[in-house]
Amino acid sequence: MNKSIIILKREYLTRVRKKSFVILTLLVPFLFAAFTILPAWLAMQDDTEKRTIAVCDESGLFPDKFENTEFTSFHFIPSEEFLKLKDHIAGSSFYALLFIPSDIVETSRAELFSDRQVTMDIKSMLSGKLETVIEAGKKKQIIDQAGIPDLEERLAAARTNIKLETIKVNEKGESVKSSTEVAMAAGYVAGFIIYMFVFIYGAMVMRGVMEEKTSRIVEVIISSVKPTQLMFGKIVGIGLVGLTQLLFWIIILTVIMTVVPAFIGTEEVMKQSQNMMAAQATGGEKNIALQGIEMISNLNLPLILGTFLFYFLGGFLLYSSLMGAVGAAVDNEEETQQFMMPVTIPLIFSIIILFPIIKNPEGSLAFWASVIPFTSPVIMMARIPFGVPVWELVLSMVVLALSIWGTIWVAGKIYRTGILLYGKKVNLKEILKWITYKN
Amino acid sequence: MELFKATDVIKDYAGHRALDRVSISVREQSVFGLLGPNGAGKTTLIRIINQITAPDSGELSFMGRRFSSQDISLIGYLPEERGLYKKMKVGEQAVYLAQLKGMSKHDALKSLKYWFEKFEIQPWWNKKVEELSKGMQQKVQFIITVIHRPKLLIFDEPFSGFDPINTNLLKTEILRLKDEGATIIFSTHNMGSVEEICDHIALINQSKKVLDGNIHDIKEQYKTGIFEIETLAGANTDEVFQTHGFNLLEQEIRGIRKRIKFQKTNGESNNELLYKLTANLELCSFREVIPDMNEVFIQVVNQANQKRK
Repeated sequence: MNKSIIILKREYLTRVRKKSFVILTLLVPFLFAAFTILPAWLAMQDDTEKRTIAVCDESGLFPDKFENTEFTSFHFIPSEEFLKLKDHIAGSSFYALLFIPSDIVETSRAELFSDRQVTMDIKSMLSGKLETVIEAGKKKQIIDQAGIPDLEERLAAARTNIKLETIKVNEKGESVKSSTEVAMAAGYVAGFIIYMFVFIYGAMVMRGVMEEKTSRIVEVIISSVKPTQLMFGKIVGIGLVGLTQLLFWIIILTVIMTVVPAFIGTEEVMKQSQNMMAAQATGGEKNIALQGIEMISNLNLPLILGTFLFYFLGGFLLYSSLMGAVGAAVDNEEETQQFMMPVTIPLIFSIIILFPIIKNPEGSLAFWASVIPFTSPVIMMARIPFGVPVWELVLSMVVLALSIWGTIWVAGKIYRTGILLYGKKVNLKEILKWITYKN
Repeated sequence: MELFKATDVIKDYAGHRALDRVSISVREQSVFGLLGPNGAGKTTLIRIINQITAPDSGELSFMGRRFSSQDISLIGYLPEERGLYKKMKVGEQAVYLAQLKGMSKHDALKSLKYWFEKFEIQPWWNKKVEELSKGMQQKVQFIITVIHRPKLLIFDEPFSGFDPINTNLLKTEILRLKDEGATIIFSTHNMGSVEEICDHIALINQSKKVLDGNIHDIKEQYKTGIFEIETLAGANTDEVFQTHGFNLLEQEIRGIRKRIKFQKTNGESNNELLYKLTANLELCSFREVIPDMNEVFIQVVNQANQKRK
């Protein structure tokens, strides 16, 4: 076993010290943070430039509708002055010139003159103001014509907004506020992370085995250690590389999420970003962010983290031992394709059914996919935030553990024969024969 | 004393017998040549000695006791298909492989320093293997093979890919290791180097051992009664050869001398032969032609293959 540790150490250190690993490990959380925080932070950046806008109101509908704000002030001008100013706006002190024609109610058109491109904020602020006033005017006209008293109040009262609170009742009969959205997000993220890591790090095992085979160093190594020790050291070493990366991502992301808002000097950013995310997810209620945090803490976090670790390692062991066997069986990169296909199809299948399953985590597809070991690491993990019966979870875990044992046994057989076989194209039939070799 | 002994080793691969009751015995502090054409089973036997594969049946003993998995750290192996991690630094890699052979890091560093100085490759310690020339890589690989001072060294085609200078360096080192007490199993097709460094050989052909023994005994055994003599250019040799029934193989006039190569047909001793020749000819030189290993190899393999047919 001591020699396995030496191998494990090499496999781990050479990969962790690689530039690509360091860059990816450090960069990804920043990119992720940038994509969530930056838009919110930018949206927070108020326009602080002082601007004066000249308004020429020929319709006479807006005499007191434009109120000066901290940064934007309005100056009403008569029509004659407007005609003069229109051509000389570049030299004037005005930022822009708003022309409201007398027939604005009929045409819904107004004009904004400026010597430069008017900012989005100003444009939408002005059109918003015009719309509100004209809409209110039209509405008032309709209400007056209808002649029904209190119509406006009654219409306002008819407006409805239903809030459906989901409450999960556990076995003890305690009710816990739950959120389908939060469970879906947690399930999707957990399942996807497992899929991604199993795929990337499984392929890394395969390439590692192939590197040793094609460079022929394997013959030197297995004259010192047993092939099983070499395979064990490699798989566990690379698995630890994956865990290290995940750990760093979590730590860095946590630090960014706590430090950056303080650094920018406002907690508003956080709120804003949470609001935006929540708004995107649910279509818009304001304080959902706070509810979301409450609901995340209502998820069974110890269970989720524990099972995540189990399925993360389980999925990795299962697939990486198979991919390691593929690496041992082939002679070059091109040949890997035909064997990688059958190995990765169940993994890809599980990511395809991931979304249907988090939409219906109780169905029979969900059940079978979370028991079959080739899909269970991704699928069971996606279901756990919704709550899974204990017997199903135990069944899934036992099946996975037994399958890992069986897969490693089979992969070990293929591996031992394959790594010493050079320059021979093998097919599936041949590989099946290796499994029956005694050694 | 025997360092390694294999008795009646059999190894089958699906439908193919790679080794058929092969026995070899390697004496301590000797160079043992393992010869045979491609695909004869040499690599399989070497892999069995390295415990990379196990024989289906047969006895293996090492230093007078049963061969055990612990003995692997007393063996150094330079495979025919050589390779190192291309992206790993030379020194780091050498330490790693020495550790896998059971050395401590401290001992490995100390020993490596000695060898790197000896081969004058210290500046390469921190270079990646892929930056080294092929000859350099071979040197590194040789050092890795011998670094843990193994009792038994196995070299599979050690000289392939080496230039003559490095071949010579390697030969000297191998013989020096033998003098220091190591036992060497040496597998090659290069019969010239076999004659230079081997004490004993075994020849394997089509999974069976067809010949083994001391290299000089074998050559003696395979001599075919061919002689080379020099006499005066004017001597009437034809008549002499006809009366004695010698087979004339070659003759050549060189100045005042005539060189003749012939094969005797009766079982007379060298002295009797000399007597017959000196009775009729003025002899300037007389030499019995001993076959070189190349000829022995070809003869034995052809004989064995014919017997099979």
